[in-house]
This record gives sequence, C-alpha cells and structure tokens, in this order.
Amino acid sequence: MNRNSPLALTFHALVILFMLAPLVIVCLVAFTPANTLQVPTTEFSLRWFRHILDFPDFIQSFWNSLYLACLSATLAVALALPAGLAISRFEFPGRGFLNGLFLSPLLVPHLVLGVALLRLFTLIGATGNFGWLVFAHGLIMVPYALRLILAAATGMDRSAEQAAATLGASSVVVFRRITLPMLLPGIAGGWLLAFINSFDELNLSIFVTSPSTVTLPVRMYMYATESIDPMMAAVSAIMVAITAVAMLVLDRVYGLDKVLVGKH
Amino acid sequence: MSSLSSAAARPPLPLRPYLLCAPALVLFAALLLAPLLIIGLLSFHAFDYNLGVQDSWTLHQYLSVFTDDYYYSIFFRTFWISLLTTALCALIGVPEAYILSRMGSPWKSIFLLIVLAPLLISVVVRAFGWSMLLGPEGPLNQLLMLLGFDPVRILYTPTAVVIALVHVMLPFMIIPVWTSLQKIDPALEAAALTLNASPFTAWRRVVLPQIVPGILSGSLIVFGLAASSFAIPGLLGGRRLKMVATVVYDEYLHELNWPLGAAIAIILLLANFAIMLSYNRLLEGFHRKRMGGPV
Repeated sequence: MNRNSPLALTFHALVILFMLAPLVIVCLVAFTPANTLQVPTTEFSLRWFRHILDFPDFIQSFWNSLYLACLSATLAVALALPAGLAISRFEFPGRGFLNGLFLSPLLVPHLVLGVALLRLFTLIGATGNFGWLVFAHGLIMVPYALRLILAAATGMDRSAEQAAATLGASSVVVFRRITLPMLLPGIAGGWLLAFINSFDELNLSIFVTSPSTVTLPVRMYMYATESIDPMMAAVSAIMVAITAVAMLVLDRVYGLDKVLVGKH
Repeated sequence: MSSLSSAAARPPLPLRPYLLCAPALVLFAALLLAPLLIIGLLSFHAFDYNLGVQDSWTLHQYLSVFTDDYYYSIFFRTFWISLLTTALCALIGVPEAYILSRMGSPWKSIFLLIVLAPLLISVVVRAFGWSMLLGPEGPLNQLLMLLGFDPVRILYTPTAVVIALVHVMLPFMIIPVWTSLQKIDPALEAAALTLNASPFTAWRRVVLPQIVPGILSGSLIVFGLAASSFAIPGLLGGRRLKMVATVVYDEYLHELNWPLGAAIAIILLLANFAIMLSYNRLLEGFHRKRMGGPV
C-alpha cells in the first residue's frame, strides 16, 4: 500500500478543513445565545431555533420546499423510469438524441431555464402556480433520476425476467414482480437524489416562485441579502440536518459513493 | 393464454421505446425547448422603459451587451473569476484526488465522502457559512488579529467570491480526476520508481498524462458552473460586484428589462454550449494523439 508523505497529509488536512469550515461554523453559530454572529464557547442556546417560529414566512417556505421536493422527485422518477427502460433496452432511431435531451438540464444553466420559464409562465398565466413549479422542478430532476435508473437497468441480469416469462408470467407480472424489485435501488436512489437537489435548488426557483410559493432556499437568499443574523444560521442548520438525513438514507439504499463518483 | 392476449394488446415493438419516452418528451418539449425558444425570440424584441416589451424586432439588446462598457466589464469579470476558480480547483483538486487515491482502506472512502458530500448541501447555506467566516469579525480576522496582523476586508470583494466558488466547485474537479486515477494500473508508477525515477518524476511522467482527460473534464464543468453561478456572487459579492447571473436577475426582476435579461441569458447558454463542444473536440484530439503518437 502506498503511503502519503507528511507534507501530503498536511495538505490533505487543510483541504478537509477548508471543505468543512463553512458548514461547521453555520451549525455552531446556530446554537449561540448571543444577539450577534458568534461561535458559542461556554453557553449553548436554542433561542434562534425558537425565533424561527415567529416568522410564519419561513415555516410556510419550509413546507413549500418539502412538498415540492417530494412531488417533483416522484414526477422525475415516474418519467425517468419508462424512458430509462426504453433507452437501456431498445435500439431505435433517435435514442442518442432522447438520452442527450433528458440529461440536458445538467448542461443548461438553471438560471437560464428559470428566466425562460418565467416568460412562459407569464404568457400562459401560470406564475405563482404550485403545480407548474412541480413540473419545472420535475424536469430539472429527471437527469438525476435517469442516471441512476439507467445504471441499474444496464447492469441488470435479464435472465430472471426470461425465466418468469417462460414459466407463463404475463408481462405486467414480470414487470411488477421481477423488473421493478431489481431496479428498486436505482429508483429509490434516484428519487432521493432528486429530492435533495430539489430541496436545495435556488437558481431556477428564484425566478418562478411567487410570494405564496417561495421555497426555503429562495427565502433564505432574500433574507440574507437584507441582513444576516443567527436565525439564518439556525435555518441553515435545519437544512443541513435534513440533507444529512436524506444522504444517510441514500447511502443505505444505493451507496453514497456510487451516487457521487459513479459506478466502479 | 393471458400472456398471449396481453401481448396482442401491446403496441408493436418498434413503437414501444417511443411510447415509453413520450411522457418525458412532452414535458421536455413544453418546459425546456419551448421556453428556450420563447426567450430566444424575446431577446430580439425592442424594449421601452415606459411601454415595456414592443412588437418590433431589433438587435439592440445584443449590440448593447457587446458595446456597452458596463456589460463588457461584467462579462470580463465573470470570465476571469471563473478562470481563476478553475485554476485553483485544479491546483487543489488534482493533488487532493491523488492523495485520496493513495490512502488506506477505511480512510479512503471516509475522506472521499467528506470532500464530496458538501456538494449535496444547499449553496445558500455554504455561501452563508463563508460570509460568516470571512466577515469583519469572523474567525479569519480574529485569527489574524491574534497573530498581530491588521484585520482584512475580504467580504464583498472578488477574493471572497473566488474562495467560496472554489469551495463549491472543488468536488466537481475531484470526481473526474478520481475516476481517471482509478483506471491507472498502480504497477506502472511502481515500475517507474524501480527504474530510479524520483517520486515527482514518476508522478509527472506516468500518472499525470493519464489523468489529463479527467482534469480537462473537471475544468470545463467547473468553468461552466462558475460562470453561471448566482448565489455566491449574490451573497458574497455585495451590490457592486456583479457577475453575469446576478445581472440577469437584476434586469429581469428589478429593471424589468426582460429582452435584455433574455439576451444575456442566451449568451450565457451559448457560451456554455461552446465550451462543452470545444471540450469534446479537445478530448477527441487528445485520444487520437495518444493512440497514434509514440507512447
């Protein structure tokens, strides 16, 4: 086994410190008893978490984000599953184009798409409509779901399906009893990855949300451009906690390393 | 029997993949292709501050973006900030990915997750963390004062934007470099060392050439994402330090000049595509050279 030199390990420690510092400080300041942004040293307090309850806007945005993330992740998986099966199992004209199109939200800056959708929604009178927001988020989450479903579908051993079909199972039964369970890690992983990305999304949402549908990241951005107080740290800590829980579940059902680095 | 009847009711095989893709295709046509086309058209419409969007066609938005010093300076600033971010990400990310790949079994995956997991934390939270770290009374300045230096003003300067962008983009550099490092046969480097190459020479002559595609790939992702970043310049750059994305936001939601905002957004989109295409060209050329040329 290769060993890293002390110099390399020092460099590595600094990189880790750099990556964790902003997250750690947010979570620490959230527990400050003081009125200013201070790292608590002797006393810890939950007063800034309680303070959030005095801002119904933040509570409303929190629920908006949670509903939006659940619905758009479900929509993304519902669209990506049939598309992923078609792309992984059939050879047909336009296959490469469709695959590229469905992955393209990763290449189109979300801000540009937000600008474009705001114009479309204004033209059709859909601004501030939560349903259209779900469709917009569902669209940009399709690539995340599709990538994991494609990976699961191409790596899948199809002999079980053939065996079931030979034994007289109808195609619906084969899909429900064989295909779906075998693809489940990819589907669940794709759903969670879409959920996390939708819950954190800012650049598109900031254009297409209206006062009643503002999501939590948008609300935080608006608030932080005006003033910064420890309550922002408390809201951030809650966001970090929710993302961390989703990451742990994702790690269990699919493997976080596979999601982040790809299959090897 | 049941399998026969259900097979008869199903669409013929050649149509099936299209039917499976149809729902997603409808959504993508309606909410991706159509809106992009609409703002493409919108960017050629005239705009009047009193009357709003006009019906007449004009190139005025594009001309003003390319000739006006204000927009020129913003595009230039976005370009050099993204370039600097990319360079720093390569300088930090490449050695870090290499060090990670040389670690022992449990530590390797633990530290890889620690480095990559911030990717999934909201960028607003990370920007907010940096605004506290770099603030006038933040830990960085306290440390400087403790060491006897004068406090520095970093927040709302390009330095703050670059630091936070490097933090946000570093995982996008480490992932492709790590991926290409995994494909290298460790025996090659060992062979170079056995043949009396210094560790640095072995790294430069054996490892580096094989991870160049990974570095290129990471650089383009980082550059593209940095050039269209919004939250970081918005929260750490302050009101005066504008980048392309924050200007689009201003034109759209504060100035209400939608055609101009649309034109800048279209330029951003085309620039992104141009970068991706040139990357593919670059990578193809790289592979051809490696296949044909001397090893």
